[in-house]
Amino acid sequence: MALITVENLSVGYDGKPVVEGLSFTVNEGDYLCILGENGSGKSTLMKTLLGLNKPLSGKVETGNELRHTEIGYLPQQTDVQRDFPASVKEIVLSGCIARSGLHPFYSKEEKSLAEENMEKMGITHLAKRSYRDLSGGQQQRVLLARALCAARKVLLLDEPVTGLDPKVSQEMYELIASLNKEGLTIIMISHDIDAALTYASHILHIGERTFFGSIKEYRKSRYGRYYAEERKEEA
Amino acid sequence: MERIFTYLHYPFVRYALIVGVLIALCSSLFGVTLVLKRFSFIGDGLSHVAFGAMAIAAVLKMSSQMILILPVTVICAVLLLKTSSNAVIKGDAAIAMISVTSLAAGYLIMNVFSTSANVSGDVCSTLFGSTSILTLSKTDVWLCVIMSVLVIGAFVFFYNKIFAVTFDESFSRAAGINASLYNTMIAVIIAVIIVLAMNLVGSLLISALVIFPALSAMRLYGDFRSVTICSAVLSVLCAVSGILISIGAGTPVGSTIVAADAAVFLICFMIGKMKGKA
Repeated sequence: MALITVENLSVGYDGKPVVEGLSFTVNEGDYLCILGENGSGKSTLMKTLLGLNKPLSGKVETGNELRHTEIGYLPQQTDVQRDFPASVKEIVLSGCIARSGLHPFYSKEEKSLAEENMEKMGITHLAKRSYRDLSGGQQQRVLLARALCAARKVLLLDEPVTGLDPKVSQEMYELIASLNKEGLTIIMISHDIDAALTYASHILHIGERTFFGSIKEYRKSRYGRYYAEERKEEA
Repeated sequence: MERIFTYLHYPFVRYALIVGVLIALCSSLFGVTLVLKRFSFIGDGLSHVAFGAMAIAAVLKMSSQMILILPVTVICAVLLLKTSSNAVIKGDAAIAMISVTSLAAGYLIMNVFSTSANVSGDVCSTLFGSTSILTLSKTDVWLCVIMSVLVIGAFVFFYNKIFAVTFDESFSRAAGINASLYNTMIAVIIAVIIVLAMNLVGSLLISALVIFPALSAMRLYGDFRSVTICSAVLSVLCAVSGILISIGAGTPVGSTIVAADAAVFLICFMIGKMKGKA
């Protein structure tokens, strides 16, 4: 059974639809890239998948008892966070917030989970540093480690490489791909078609015409061919 | 020094110190969250609402003014938070609107209906606190102690949740945390703190008590726990020294405490600058 099934979904805000008639499925182990122009409703779609926004019509079904506590989310950075006084460890640990339930403090297991994920992201040496003093790439790693603390099955990423330089972006993509290989399902919003074609298994393109399918199908589609021609012209 | 010890023999000085320390503690704990959430002005707005409510209570000659002031302020706090997320009227504009309206209404009501001979004196003491901290009754002190214990208890118990919701509301929501419930809780607690703090520094100076310790601590430390602890320590120190200085020197309590807070902020700011250069 599919992890997430979306049927004839319309999303938007204030009752105005941005995207209409979306249907797609995400299976365990998939790496879905959501592409589309600015303002095409990618972030709104992701928020609807997360249950933060209500769908205007249609439905989002989560199979296999996928619960909130099994989803990790990497939102776009907010202004508030840029100068927030918090240590790396505090932020990563806050990823366990859903697991801890009503307990006022984090348990030993949760603390070691946070340490494990910091190790995985290569930020253990930064544990006591303040988040606001880190570079953009380091900050994204911190937020990714936090998301991993929450993600048991699915990781949703909203433009994880915005504002990062090419080298750091590349590292970020490799990191996400390695997580996918370990069995985590990835849903990522991106502007970067190159990266999407390299790493993703499925593409959802939102725009005037919506496309959903595997990478192979995407290359053959109108969007894919248009993109390939553009590349040729550049070369 | 000796003079201070003689003062401590008077019960009203002890009461003032107990209440001052507790209010300083509560306001500084939640001040950190308020500043980080960009809600610094809510404290200011709510204190004006509390002033308006107090004017009405005074005119109605209610025996216990708290019964009116507390619920009115709490309701306004919840409404303000709701509007700032709905953005029909932008958060800061809504706060400004409500606060000036209640300030004006409060003064108007006091002027038109008051039977007191010294209206401007009454108004001045509500706005700037003046001597009410030194005339606390035992009941006032107990009320303050109970409220403070509840506020501090809530802060400790929900510390991790408050941190998560303050740092990243979308993430917390996605993780299944009821962020609006915590926001409402924070708003209600802030309202309670403000009503309590009116006794100490008066309604115009409350936001200083809420934001200064947090801002000072943020100059010195880079992690949330240290900032919270440091802000609580600074706030209590300022309150105690402010009260003692004001008794000794005969200055108004509220303004002395706020002046101490401002001075500490200046010192922290300079230390922070020096740290940054090193």
